[in-house]
Amino acid sequence: MIRFANAVKRYPGGHEALSNVSFHQRPGEMAFLTGHSGAGKSTLLRLIALLERPTRGQVIVQGQNTSRVERRQIPHFRRRLGIVFQDHQLLFDRTVFDNVALPLVIAGVPHREIGKRVRAALDKVGLLGKEKAFPITLSGGEQQRVGIARAVVHKPALLLADEPTGNLDPELSREIMGIFEDFARVGVTVLVATHDIALVESLPYRRLTLREGRLVGDTAPAPEAA
Amino acid sequence: MAAPLAALRVHLLRHLQVFFYSLGQLSRTPLATLMTAAVIGIALALPAGLHVLLDNAQRLSGGWDGATQISLFLKKNVSDARARRLAETIRRRPEVAAVDYIPRDQALAEFERLSGFGDALKALDENPLPSVLVVRPRPEAATPEAAEKLLGRLRQYGPVELAQLDMQWVKRLYVIMDLVRRGVLVLGLLLGLAVLLVVGNTIRLAIQNRRDEIVVMKLIGGTDAFIRRPFLYTGFWYGLFGGLIAAALVGLALWVLAGPVERLAGLYQSPFRLAGLGGGELLILLLLAIGLGLAGSWLAVGRHLREIEPA
Ligand SMILES: Nc1ncnc2c1ncn2[C@@H]1O[C@H](COP(=O)(O)OP(=O)(O)OP(=O)(O)O)[C@@H](O)[C@H]1O
Ligand SMILES: [Mg+2]
Repeated sequence: MIRFANAVKRYPGGHEALSNVSFHQRPGEMAFLTGHSGAGKSTLLRLIALLERPTRGQVIVQGQNTSRVERRQIPHFRRRLGIVFQDHQLLFDRTVFDNVALPLVIAGVPHREIGKRVRAALDKVGLLGKEKAFPITLSGGEQQRVGIARAVVHKPALLLADEPTGNLDPELSREIMGIFEDFARVGVTVLVATHDIALVESLPYRRLTLREGRLVGDTAPAPEAA
Repeated sequence: MAAPLAALRVHLLRHLQVFFYSLGQLSRTPLATLMTAAVIGIALALPAGLHVLLDNAQRLSGGWDGATQISLFLKKNVSDARARRLAETIRRRPEVAAVDYIPRDQALAEFERLSGFGDALKALDENPLPSVLVVRPRPEAATPEAAEKLLGRLRQYGPVELAQLDMQWVKRLYVIMDLVRRGVLVLGLLLGLAVLLVVGNTIRLAIQNRRDEIVVMKLIGGTDAFIRRPFLYTGFWYGLFGGLIAAALVGLALWVLAGPVERLAGLYQSPFRLAGLGGGELLILLLLAIGLGLAGSWLAVGRHLREIEPA
């Protein structure tokens, strides 16, 4: 589903954010991406979402080599992913419903279908009652869940999340991770970047560790999960 | 067959949605929208109004084309019968509306009556005046060039001694109107450019105001066409409103002028009335305004949408 082959990302300033990163994540697998601040977690996710291109090496996503995707095709490439952002990236002048519906509107899904799918996505994140609310009236955890609903409303096979629990308390964080686990259980490939080590260690999933741009750890799921 | 049709319907429906969504967005800031539209309207009203005035002037001067006439002075030895035959020949020419024959004797009598030099003329033993054919061209042959051409042809008839075109002032009027028309065209082009810039700048600001939204759209897979659409429709609405305001301003100006013009025409016993924008012209004005609105937003969108990338 995701394959990195000696991928290098050097930012214009000359800083090498990722050095020779190689790994493979199978379809339907759930994994965490950890590392210190500045280790390159966001950069790695940005390479997958084609928000950046690798300086060298290859990044293959859903069988497609990202280096070969033309600028014009990028929107269509991104529609096959679901991305949860640390800062939600919600539109504050639109209701929860309209925010979650956006990927469907962009993809040209018929109107009747949109209502059904949006409510299904909101139901999954436990926000069915809030569809008419504006994001500003929601708590941080609720906003994050709106972001998750928007990321999954179009049923992507690959879900990326960058610090989805960044500023949430431990209980809320666990709840959010539970939502990701639900998706992994139904076959969605999930990759979550986080530096909440305690939370990661309490869960039985593969863990990729970055340090200063290098992949220094790739631990299999904890034995009790197998 | 049904599937592509359904897809087309969905596509049109989506366009329609964005079309009215952009109108809704504009109506949220009615004052700002009105001001932009007013600037466009005033810029377009100026050339449109001048165009209407010019048309009226031309209509008015069309009445004066009757004043164009060609005098053919005949050779002295041409007999009365020959002169009448020539008059008849010329009358049958397609460019000619009417021919008046003034025989030498009549010319002399008229001259005596009008000038008061009767006694002096009687002292001469011969009538010094030639017979004259006064030719009035049809309106389409009364323009300076056509009349000039007709003059050349009439000059070639044998009995004609001298042919004279009497239209210096009509010619001047035409030259002046041509000049004014070009001036209006240049003014129109400049103001059209101004409209383009006004719309472009307004859309540029709108793009900046909605930077976050554009970033989100790009993040979740919005194509350039999708992101561009609401801004293009916004340009459309600005153009339409600007065009309507321009039409209203021209109508208002003509309404203000109608009274004085009527009184002036009355003084000259003329049935002249000011004509406004015709249906076709109104349509052209609106289409032009909409075209400028779309072009302005297209330019702004093309320049500024690419600059915004998720960072
Ligand atoms: N656009 C950029 N231009 C230049 N350098 C950048 C850019 N984005 C990130 N970097 C640098 O690349 C390195 C990796 O950044 P990245 O955002 O991937 O880290 P991270 O692991 O996500 O950190 P955090 O946990 O703080 O989010 C950092 O040193 C950062 O300063
Ligand atoms: Mg980061």
